[in-house]
Amino acid sequence: MTLRLYVWQRLSAVLMVPLIGVHLATIFYASGAQLSAAAILARTSGSVFWGGFYSLFVCAAAIHGAIGLRSVLADWSGLNPRRADQIMWLFGMTLLVLGLRGVAAVVVA
Amino acid sequence: MTERHKNPDGAGRTSFIRATRSQTAGYQRDALWLAAIVHRLSGVALAVFLPFHFLFLGLALQSEGRLQTAVNWTGNPLVKFAEMGLVFLLTLHLLGGLRVLVIENLAWHDSQKTAATLAVLGAASVALFYLAQIV
Amino acid sequence: MNSSIKVTIWRGAQIGSYQSYDVPQRDNQTVLDLVSWLQRHVVPDLAYRFSCRVGVCGSCAMTVNGRPRWTCRTHVSKVVKDGTLKIGPLANLPVIKDLAADMSPFFDQWHRAKGSFVPSAGRHDPMARVKPGSPRRQAADEAIECINCGVCYAACDSVRWNADYLGPAALNRAWTLINDERDGGNDARLKAVSGLGGCQACHSHQTCEQLCPKALNPAKSIAGLKRRALSAFLKGAL
Repeated sequence: MTLRLYVWQRLSAVLMVPLIGVHLATIFYASGAQLSAAAILARTSGSVFWGGFYSLFVCAAAIHGAIGLRSVLADWSGLNPRRADQIMWLFGMTLLVLGLRGVAAVVVA
Repeated sequence: MTERHKNPDGAGRTSFIRATRSQTAGYQRDALWLAAIVHRLSGVALAVFLPFHFLFLGLALQSEGRLQTAVNWTGNPLVKFAEMGLVFLLTLHLLGGLRVLVIENLAWHDSQKTAATLAVLGAASVALFYLAQIV
Repeated sequence: MNSSIKVTIWRGAQIGSYQSYDVPQRDNQTVLDLVSWLQRHVVPDLAYRFSCRVGVCGSCAMTVNGRPRWTCRTHVSKVVKDGTLKIGPLANLPVIKDLAADMSPFFDQWHRAKGSFVPSAGRHDPMARVKPGSPRRQAADEAIECINCGVCYAACDSVRWNADYLGPAALNRAWTLINDERDGGNDARLKAVSGLGGCQACHSHQTCEQLCPKALNPAKSIAGLKRRALSAFLKGAL
């Protein structure tokens, strides 16, 4: 892992500490209140706050997860660094696209 | 016996040889080492889970009905159990990550073993709390 | 002599096998005493390394019952398990023969981490005055007693997993020099310890801290380097 990746990894981690806190609280609330899909979508659709919150979360998670996966692969699989980089980008982009699509689905819908 | 040659610099490092690896098994079962490994494995598990989580949300794109069907499906006890596992993993990974951030960025404390144990207990209680909520 | 210990010892080089011997147990016997007895009485061609026998030189480290240890200061009675002792060369290093590991990768990393002092003044300059209580002096003091035994290097998972990683000892050394007011090589050093296989490759397993025979804390030194590297990176200096 280069220093640049290290910094991105740690900064995305710090950013996600409060985001995860809010996410967990939301999960507890939604499951505690037994919210239906319609009820959840009613709360999220058109919401600038949730749209922004989860877009940011998806970006941070994509960065963090991709760099983390790269570290694990580099340590444990013996992949050469270039291949590990390729997998990192592929995985990060997949997370980003799928994640933003998911956010769009519940916010725009 | 495995042998790895990796030397981007050319000079210096000759070869890295792991022939005697099995000799070192034994020292590793310490609380801090476990904390680090649990942190890493929970991270991998979350990385595997995330794409499916996003695809699940994407169901709402097709129709609200599809998402509702999926949400209903989460009433299944097995799925509930898996959900609890994910909340547990996320909490575990969060607390393990806080351990790393604290070690790396704040003044050094010698009470980290206690902290590592507390992190696992914290994660477990969050997961149990969640289980109590959904059951 | 009332009892004996069953000692299993690595014989051979990179390829070899463990072989067992019976060694008489003595009071206050160290692992090094035991290996020396074996070499003098049973296995004259046994290769191992030692010099001072009192924990100063750092040359006698071996893997004892699964853990890297300095053998001259390790009492057999403290580590013997069910009357047996398994002794091998240090892990994470090539084996030369029997219990002698090739330390060159370890010292190569020391050089790559720029672990030698770079003077910033000449012999005609006045003697540097370093206040004993200053924070930098104290940080250096905490980490300075390293004897280069290689125990931390042999114990480190990051060394095992990442061939480029500089390792705990080299990074710990770099930290002492970064805190040396007289040193003039710190820009290059910080670059070296945050480049390929640098401090950021440490996963904070803290095994180095646990096993260092001198009770040093390389993990803490590495955390210090990480902070320096992070702030230099954010300022655009790295």
